[in-house]
Amino acid sequence: MSPAGVRLDGWGWRHAGRVAWATSGVSLSIEPGERVLLLGASGAGKSTLLHALAGVLGSSDEGEEAGSLTVDGGRPRPGDCGLVMQDPDAQTILERVGDDVAFGLENLSVPPREIWPRVRTALADVGLDLPLDHSTERLSGGQRQRLALAGALAMRPGLLLLDEPTANLDPAGVEEVRDAVGRLVADRGTTLVVVEHRIATWLPLVDRVVVLAAGGGVVADGSPEQVFSVHGAELAALGAWVPGIGHGLAARPFPESTEAVLAARELTIGYEAGTPVRTVASLDIRRGVSTTLTGANGSGKTTLALTLAGLLPSLAGQVQASASISPTTARFITLSGRAVRSHGRFAMRSSGSPTYHGEPQAVVGAAPRTDPARWRSKELLTRLGTVFQDPEHQFVAATVSDELAIGLRALGRSRHDIEMRVTELLEQLHLERLARANPFTLSGGEKRRLSVGTVLATSPAVVFLDEPTFGQDRTTWVDLVRLVTAQLEAGTSVVSVTHDADYLDLLGEHHVHLGAVA
Amino acid sequence: MSTSGRAPAAPLRTPRRDARPRRDPGPASRPPDRAPRTALDRVNPVTRITAAVIVSLPLLVTLDWVSGATMTGIVLAAALALGFGARFVARRVWPVLLLAPLAGLNMALYGKPGGAVHLDWFLVHVTDNSLQLAVAVMLRVLALGVPAILLFTGIDPTDLADGLAQVWRLPARFVLGALAGFRLVGRFVDDWRSLALARRARGLGDTGAVRRWATMAFAMLVIAIRRGSKLATAMEARGFGTAHRTWARPSRVGRADAVLIVSAVAAVTLALAASVLAGTFWAVWS
Repeated sequence: MSPAGVRLDGWGWRHAGRVAWATSGVSLSIEPGERVLLLGASGAGKSTLLHALAGVLGSSDEGEEAGSLTVDGGRPRPGDCGLVMQDPDAQTILERVGDDVAFGLENLSVPPREIWPRVRTALADVGLDLPLDHSTERLSGGQRQRLALAGALAMRPGLLLLDEPTANLDPAGVEEVRDAVGRLVADRGTTLVVVEHRIATWLPLVDRVVVLAAGGGVVADGSPEQVFSVHGAELAALGAWVPGIGHGLAARPFPESTEAVLAARELTIGYEAGTPVRTVASLDIRRGVSTTLTGANGSGKTTLALTLAGLLPSLAGQVQASASISPTTARFITLSGRAVRSHGRFAMRSSGSPTYHGEPQAVVGAAPRTDPARWRSKELLTRLGTVFQDPEHQFVAATVSDELAIGLRALGRSRHDIEMRVTELLEQLHLERLARANPFTLSGGEKRRLSVGTVLATSPAVVFLDEPTFGQDRTTWVDLVRLVTAQLEAGTSVVSVTHDADYLDLLGEHHVHLGAVA
Repeated sequence: MSTSGRAPAAPLRTPRRDARPRRDPGPASRPPDRAPRTALDRVNPVTRITAAVIVSLPLLVTLDWVSGATMTGIVLAAALALGFGARFVARRVWPVLLLAPLAGLNMALYGKPGGAVHLDWFLVHVTDNSLQLAVAVMLRVLALGVPAILLFTGIDPTDLADGLAQVWRLPARFVLGALAGFRLVGRFVDDWRSLALARRARGLGDTGAVRRWATMAFAMLVIAIRRGSKLATAMEARGFGTAHRTWARPSRVGRADAVLIVSAVAAVTLALAASVLAGTFWAVWS
């Protein structure tokens, strides 16, 4: 198919049931074979525009359209353009690699004998050298995105639309996908429109940059040099990673050596007893120091973090918390002379003296319980806090304020204290305006900041962050690094699982790289 | 008839052999519990379902021990002859072996009384009649369960969907939508585990199991709907849902399918005939 041109004239879209337009007043003309990078603040309607070009925005039931939008002179129909989206998991359709690529061709009613040669060509074009019946479950993120690309490509679209195709990938995956796209558009046989925060990745491939305004319309349109020299600072402030404008942060002075708050020795980690992921010989997490865990997919970074954080029991070996952060068990001597431990669940008589099996006793000392996996859930709150990779996994309340207050309530803090702390956090996280919103309705960056806030609320001694900067725009990235640095300055230990090279530069104070598992 | 009938079929089958991707023979793709390769693999999944229905229906409306025993015997012999292997069969059918005596015991204690009474206590009447019923029910559970398990085992979901849409002509939109959605289930298991760990991390792991479960179920629902709608958009962007589509993997029925159906009819006829000849035939309405 020949490359398709795009023409928008005062185009806008409002989702059904919404007051505000997702985007409006967009006038734009893209010539066949052009390669365009589409930028704009979050909420400027970039995804909406791509979905419209792909013909998947839906009918008039699903929203209201203004102005006109044409691809190749006509109204786009689903299947005319190739669309690759952000989430690698949500766009694999079938169980076998070949079937997944063939899916679009079947829908286009391509005769069966032409389908398999086209599938093989498309897979070769994106560099996926796999048997056609290879299971899609066994693909890495980068491979999955290339599979989605092959699925779009096999349909020979005149227009290829990429909606943050590399936001969820590790650096190796980003390169794989970018290089594959580079080969595909080299002959200018396909028009390309790509939305992405990480501009530097795509700059070598594009010849034009278009910036959508948050309120509607186009702010800037021109060659990359032109757009970035005039609007660079403005775009950076909106959250884009503009080449030449970094994060502007500097690493803090290297911290002095401090005591280990967590120590792992000959630790075997895994989700289930029969299937260990790996063994870690020795690892210390020090007070007030940033520890970073890196390693390829499947090397057990997340499993290690969850085990250190007292969420997964170790399969062998041990995690030991220092006495300074461990909860203590009061040790008593009963009047009959027997020494007993209460395991934290002793009953208090009205007189205030602890009892054990009804026998009167005297408190003689306190023993720390140093295995975090055996701490009670509430005991973790002020000691080990974990921010999960997917913020939605940890949301439990109906509003942002409640979400921040939950841990404090579990600790039995006073209403006044809770209010003060929540107000303070809302301000730090720039979420004041969203205090009453449901956490699930926030944008990606807002969700990430809230999930970090829920953990910081109870001031744990150690904070674990799983891929904190994954897919985040510049604004949220800078916010997160500042928050982490402030925690470190206050004496909190931070352990981050990350792939992010900039993050490692600033916070890789104690860098642990997990090699591939045999 | 046979030559003229087969002539047009041959060219149709050739592209299937060429076009259809070969199964990945690597050991990783075939875990030890996977069904062994047998002649049944050449049968369309929808034919296997049909055969299961054919052998079950007459057995559902009759109740005597001879037909049940004959059927179980025939199926087990056929399974071994096809190359399923005794150990594989045992591993797959043990839940039925467990269920059958339970159903039988129930019948022995509470079944319709008649004949000599062996035990009489409150609602429990163990009689000749109820013991006979018990044996019949045990064999019936085996005769229904064993063929169903062996016929359904190792059916590939994609092949089944192809059969349902192409051979049975069920709406492609429905069948392929269900197939793609089915793939998300594995992800939900991981999500659920993360949700549980996150509750512990947030100080909610000690008490209030019901409330905790409710917040997990709500989050799961939101995540499922989100992921489902993303998948739907991805499918629509690839042109899914248009009026006409072709099939890259032709799903056909052929001689192997006919052989299976004929065998199923023969087996069930044999089982019923045996019970009539033995004089034990007993339909549930009589």
